[in-house]
Amino acid sequence: MKETAPSILIRNGRLIDPANSVDRIADLLVAEGKVSQIGRLPAKADIIIDASGKIVSPGLIDLHVHFREPGDEEEETIASGSAAAVAGGFTSVVCMPNTNPPIDNATSVEYVHRMGRQARKTFIYVMGTLTKGRAGEELSEMGLMAQAGAIGFTDDGSGVQNTAVMLRALKYASMFNQVVAQHCQDDSLARGGVMNAGYNATLLGLPGMDPLAEEMMLWRDIQLVKKTRTRYHAQHISTAGSVQLIRQAKQEGLPVTCEVTPHHLLLTEELLKDYDTNYKVNPPLRTLADVEALRRAIQEGLVDALATDHAPHLKSEKELEFLAAPFGIASLECALPLYRKALIDPGVIDWPELLAMLTYRPARILNISKGTLGIGDRADIAVIDPDAEWTIDPNRFFSKSHNCPYAGWTVKGKVLYTIVAGEIRYCADGYSLCRC
Amino acid sequence: MTQTTKTDFQWRRKHLIGLRELSRKEIEFILDTARGFEEFSTRSIKKAPALRGKVVVNMFFEDSTRTRNSFTLAASRLSADVIEFTKTSSSVNKGETLIDTARNLEAMGVDIVVIRHGAGGAAHLLSRSIKACVINAGDGFHEHPTQALLDAYTIRQIKGTLEGLKIGIVGDIAHSRVARSNIHALTKLGAEVILVGPPTLMPAQVQNLPVQVSYSLDAVIDKLDVINMLRIQFERLGGNLFPTVREYSHFYGLTVERLKKAKPDILVMHPGPLNRGLEIESEVADGPNSVILRQVSNGLAIRMAVLFLVNQAAVLEAKDSHP
Repeated sequence: MKETAPSILIRNGRLIDPANSVDRIADLLVAEGKVSQIGRLPAKADIIIDASGKIVSPGLIDLHVHFREPGDEEEETIASGSAAAVAGGFTSVVCMPNTNPPIDNATSVEYVHRMGRQARKTFIYVMGTLTKGRAGEELSEMGLMAQAGAIGFTDDGSGVQNTAVMLRALKYASMFNQVVAQHCQDDSLARGGVMNAGYNATLLGLPGMDPLAEEMMLWRDIQLVKKTRTRYHAQHISTAGSVQLIRQAKQEGLPVTCEVTPHHLLLTEELLKDYDTNYKVNPPLRTLADVEALRRAIQEGLVDALATDHAPHLKSEKELEFLAAPFGIASLECALPLYRKALIDPGVIDWPELLAMLTYRPARILNISKGTLGIGDRADIAVIDPDAEWTIDPNRFFSKSHNCPYAGWTVKGKVLYTIVAGEIRYCADGYSLCRC
Repeated sequence: MTQTTKTDFQWRRKHLIGLRELSRKEIEFILDTARGFEEFSTRSIKKAPALRGKVVVNMFFEDSTRTRNSFTLAASRLSADVIEFTKTSSSVNKGETLIDTARNLEAMGVDIVVIRHGAGGAAHLLSRSIKACVINAGDGFHEHPTQALLDAYTIRQIKGTLEGLKIGIVGDIAHSRVARSNIHALTKLGAEVILVGPPTLMPAQVQNLPVQVSYSLDAVIDKLDVINMLRIQFERLGGNLFPTVREYSHFYGLTVERLKKAKPDILVMHPGPLNRGLEIESEVADGPNSVILRQVSNGLAIRMAVLFLVNQAAVLEAKDSHP
């Protein structure tokens, strides 16, 4: 017997569907997992959500998260990460393959998908590695992984150092029309570094990572893309120099996209002054000039996607000495208000533009038909109160890890409902469902 | 007590992590306090009761001879019980974490933790994690405050003041906690600091520090009142930061020949241990301008002063919270 999900009417919300240039007050009816009607609709449905004063957006997409499964389930599992995702309004996320062991074969890809289906919260996608074991030497079985549903390829966590290997990987991947994503970092310049190289590193006596380490690899890869024309995505760019390289590549019409994280839009290296390891992240926090360059890049339309790089770690790991503690920030559940704070409040962009970078544009990079709210589209929806104020408390996260430097921040913007494939998979505290 | 408090200044820090956060007044206060302890070594009974009943632990995660012995001796001269904890492990990751180790020691009733560690920020981390006083005996490339204090003390002892002196620090500035602490202390006390070494041994954005930089020792040696020779750190040579030891010695070694170009009353300093014949020639290290052994003796007075002061601050803090 096939169970039918109850129909949902979202009434009177500000419907923002950037892909279709929609920004208007309307009712939206979800039936049989799809967007079935939009307009002024009769109040007839199994579930009615009053969205007056709220934003109704395509479900958010994060193309860069770490759910640590398999291998580090004490930090996060696909189930806990999925719960965190829907609490943040994300209806699709892309898991990075730097697990233990890495996702470098079709069986592992299938495993991640299965755990995602079992969690039944958000859509779980996964990228496979570019090289076996992420060792940067031999190509991994990209074809078999693509067949199993891998949505792109990357050795994220580190970049492919050997230029010949990277060229071969780009060439090989070009036959799948899948994106190749790179964590741009030249290890010969950055190895051993734990923060941005500069005056603050000098004062703290910590080994630095030169911005050039990121820019050199990005520059190199862009040259390789000129040759191969493979779709290439630069992950979490963090420097003004990288922005300039992306600008040039786009002007030349190359198939190059990029993403930016909330922390690189909000935080700077000065915050490391007390050796707080919650600020230890890779790429490292840079300078105010870099933050400003990234915000300007977003205003200019150079940034295709926003991505959290949600990187959960245990308190016991983050309590280590700054040199020894792992890199990463967990921010999936508070990402949307952080984006608002970084981009909307200072007038960099407006809500439709912000949501574009969180919906159809990342979907386009991934080559999936998501992130839109046309009639007949799959009903992945986030209902957002853009002005609701709340205080970030990592202890209340669904994520298993609390390594979040935003603890105690009072922010604006709250996800009230997250609908995935026509089902309400998340509902904020105090927002019960009115069944009629 | 024997200390000479000229003002009504009250020392309030129960940790000594670095000199960057200290004011000139605070640095001078430590030096003045150390002066009171200096004559101790000349007494027949070299004991004071200031830390009687207190427990000091020397937590050394890196090799050290003189700093550890100096702290041990300083603490025992103040009548403290001293625990030696030495763990030289290349991997900070394995086994018990730093915080766990410290909390365990604290559970045994430790009052003051003296820590040396290979990771910058380790002393800072400890001071946030435990209630005991924390004294930094060197953390990564970050700071080595008692070394810089004894350097400043030695200079002041001989020259009377640091105001207006030109002080050269020669060597691997980038990876030196001694250099960082010295830069903070010496410039706060009014000296001009000139860093000397090849560009590959200078830290990032060195121009933002209140110092001058020279790549040539010969170009500046005649201007210097004090020259502090840092040790060549062989463990870093793998990084290929300069071509060979021979080339380094040729340009930056303090030789008898080179010293002839210096002011006749230049003070030659070295934090030890010496690489004789490499960064410094034996004749210079043992010569009339050298104050290297004086630095070691003064280190004792400085460490007594620091132990005394942090303990006093902890006692005051306890009084404030339980009046």
